[in-house]
Amino acid sequence: MRELTYGEAALEAIAEEMRRDPKIFYMSTDAIPSLAKEFGDERIKATPITEAAFTGMGIGAAGCGFRPIVDWRQVTFCFVAMDQIVNQAAKIHYMFGGQVTFPLLFRASVGGGGQVAAQHSQSPYSMFMNVAGLKMFLPSTPYDMKGLLKTAIRDNNPVISFESSRLMGRKGPVPDEDYAIPLGKADVKREGSDVTVVALAWLVHEALAAAEELAKEGVSVEIVDPRTLVPLDAGTIRDSVQMTGRLVIADEAGPTCGFSAEVAAVVTEDPATFARLKAPVKRVCALQVPIPYVPVLESAVFPDRNRIIAGIREVLR
Amino acid sequence: MALTSQSLSSPSRPTNLSPDKQREMLRQMLTIRHFEERASADYVGGKIYGVVHCYIGEEAVAVGVCTALTRTDRIISTHRGHGHCIAKGADLNRMMAELYGRQTGYCKGKGGSMHIADFGIGMLGANGIVAGGISIVTGAGLAAQMEGKGGVAVSFFGDGASNAGPFHECLNIAAAWKLPMIYVCENNMYAAQTAAAKTHALDDVAKRAAGYGIPGVVVDGNDVFAVHQAASAAVDRARSGGGPTLIECKTYRWRAHTERRGQPDPRDPAEMEAWRRKDPIALLERQLRDQGELDDAALQAMVRDILGAIEAAVAFAEASPFPRPDQATDDVFAA
Repeated sequence: MRELTYGEAALEAIAEEMRRDPKIFYMSTDAIPSLAKEFGDERIKATPITEAAFTGMGIGAAGCGFRPIVDWRQVTFCFVAMDQIVNQAAKIHYMFGGQVTFPLLFRASVGGGGQVAAQHSQSPYSMFMNVAGLKMFLPSTPYDMKGLLKTAIRDNNPVISFESSRLMGRKGPVPDEDYAIPLGKADVKREGSDVTVVALAWLVHEALAAAEELAKEGVSVEIVDPRTLVPLDAGTIRDSVQMTGRLVIADEAGPTCGFSAEVAAVVTEDPATFARLKAPVKRVCALQVPIPYVPVLESAVFPDRNRIIAGIREVLR
Repeated sequence: MALTSQSLSSPSRPTNLSPDKQREMLRQMLTIRHFEERASADYVGGKIYGVVHCYIGEEAVAVGVCTALTRTDRIISTHRGHGHCIAKGADLNRMMAELYGRQTGYCKGKGGSMHIADFGIGMLGANGIVAGGISIVTGAGLAAQMEGKGGVAVSFFGDGASNAGPFHECLNIAAAWKLPMIYVCENNMYAAQTAAAKTHALDDVAKRAAGYGIPGVVVDGNDVFAVHQAASAAVDRARSGGGPTLIECKTYRWRAHTERRGQPDPRDPAEMEAWRRKDPIALLERQLRDQGELDDAALQAMVRDILGAIEAAVAFAEASPFPRPDQATDDVFAA
C-alpha cells in the first residue's frame, strides 16, 4: 500500500471532500498552497489573524447551508475565539431547539516537542470535551486521520480535528480507495492479555514501542486508541480492561480533569469492569505545567515509552 | 452624546413608502410595544422565567431596518431581541410559547427570552453574549456573497458591543472582503447600567467606520423613516457589491436593563422623561395623521387587532405542553 504522511493524509481527505461537495470552503490565516492552487481564493480563504471573527463566521456560514472548515492551526490560537467555540458553536443547535444544523469542521494542532514554549504547545482537548455540543477526535496514524476527517466533514455538527504536531511528518499506509472511519469507534492497535494501555496520538506509538520492549519479558500489552474523544468509545475500553484487569492511560496532556481522568472514570464507575480490576488504574501524563522551551525541561514534562513501561510495571506488581 | 430634542422632533424627509407600508410599520411598532408590555407583566406575574429585556422605546430601529429587507435576508438579534423577531416576521404564538417555556416555542423551551429566533425567516439566532452575534452574522454575509444571489445580512447590536473585539474584527474583514453587511448599532446610551459617555472614546460609534474605510451613518433611531432610509441605502450598496455600512441609531430604552425588579437604574429621571416625549410610535402616528393616512378609528382598530393577537398568543402558550424532562438531552447533536 502507498504511504502518506499524517499531514498529507489530512489534506487528501479535505481535497477529496471539497471536490465532492461545492458547499465546503476553507478559512485559515495563510492559505494552504496545495488547496489554494486547486480550489482558488473563493473556496480557500486567507483570513486576517482574527480567530474570533473567522470562527464565528464559520458558524454563520454553516447556518446558511455551507460546510466550512475553520483551521485554527495551533490550538492555542483558538483561545481568542473561546466565545465563538463555547458559547456559540457548541450551543447554537441546542439552544434554538434544533432549528437548523451547523456542519462545521475545526482543525487544530496539539501537543509539544517542538521547543516553541507554552503558547505554541498544549493539549487542551479535555477543556473542549467538557463542553456539551462539540464532537472531537485525535488520530494517531495517517490512515485514521484521513478516515476520521472524511466522516467529520460529512457530519452535521461542529467537530474539532485535533492533530498531533509531533506526527505531522510521520508516514503510514493509506489505501487509494475511498473509506471513512466512524466517529466514536476506538481501534485496538495491538492485542494483548496482561495489561491495557489506552493512549492517544504520539503516545500510541510510544506505547507500541513499550509493548515491544515488554514482550521480550513475556508481558502481553493491549493498546487501545480511542481516536475519537467525543463521543468516547467506552465500550471498547471497558471490554479490554475486563479482559486484562489492568489499565494504564497515556496522555500528552496533564492529568487534572483530563482525558485520562475521563477514561479512568468510565472504567471504574462501571461495576462489571471495576470488578475485574486487579490493580489501581495508572495514569502516565504530562506534568501539570505550562510547556517549557528548552529540551531538557520540555522532555522532562512529557511522558514517553520509558514512563509507559514504568507505569505498566507498576500495575503488574 | 444624546441628540438634542430639536433634532429628534424634526421629521425625516418624506418617504417613498406607500401608505399601506407606513401603516404596516406602525402596526409592527405597536405590536412590539404591546408584546413587550405583556411579556413584562407576565414576567412579573411569574409566568415567564429567568430574565426579560424589553425593547420598548427602540421599536423604530428594528422596524425601519427590517422594512428594507426581504424575507431571505439574514439578521442576528441580541438579548433584547423580541423587536427584531416581530419586525422580521416571527410568529407571536411561537414567541410567547418560548417565553412561557413550552414545547411549541421557537426553541422548544430551551432558549427563553434572550434566544427567541426563527431561522425560517432568516434569523441566525439571538445572542445573550454582548457582541457574540456579530461574527456569526458576518458569516451569513460571507455566505450571501458566495451564493451570489444579492442577499444581505444585518447585525443588530448595542453601544456596549461596539467596544468589543468582534465588532472591530468583523468590520475590518467585511470591509476588506466587501461583504454585503449592514451593521446596525442600537445606541441606547447605556451598556446595561453604565453610560456610554463613560466608556466610549468618541461621541459617535459611526465615526469608527472611517477606520475601516466604510460609510458610517448616524440616524435618529426614533424616526422610523430616517432609519428606513439609511438602511435602504446601505442595503442597496450591499446588494450591488459595494460592501458594508455601519448605521448608528441613536435611541433610548424606556425600561430598566431587565424587567427584574429592584435593580439599580442610575439614569436621570429627567433624561428618561425627555426621551419618553420623543416616543417613536407617537412620532409615526403624528406623521401618518398629518398625511391624512390615519385616524382615531383606524388606530383603535389596529390596536384592538394587536391586543387580540397577543391574547391569542398567550392562550396558545398556556395551552401548549411544557417539554418533558427527558427532552433535556434532545438536540445536543444533530443527526
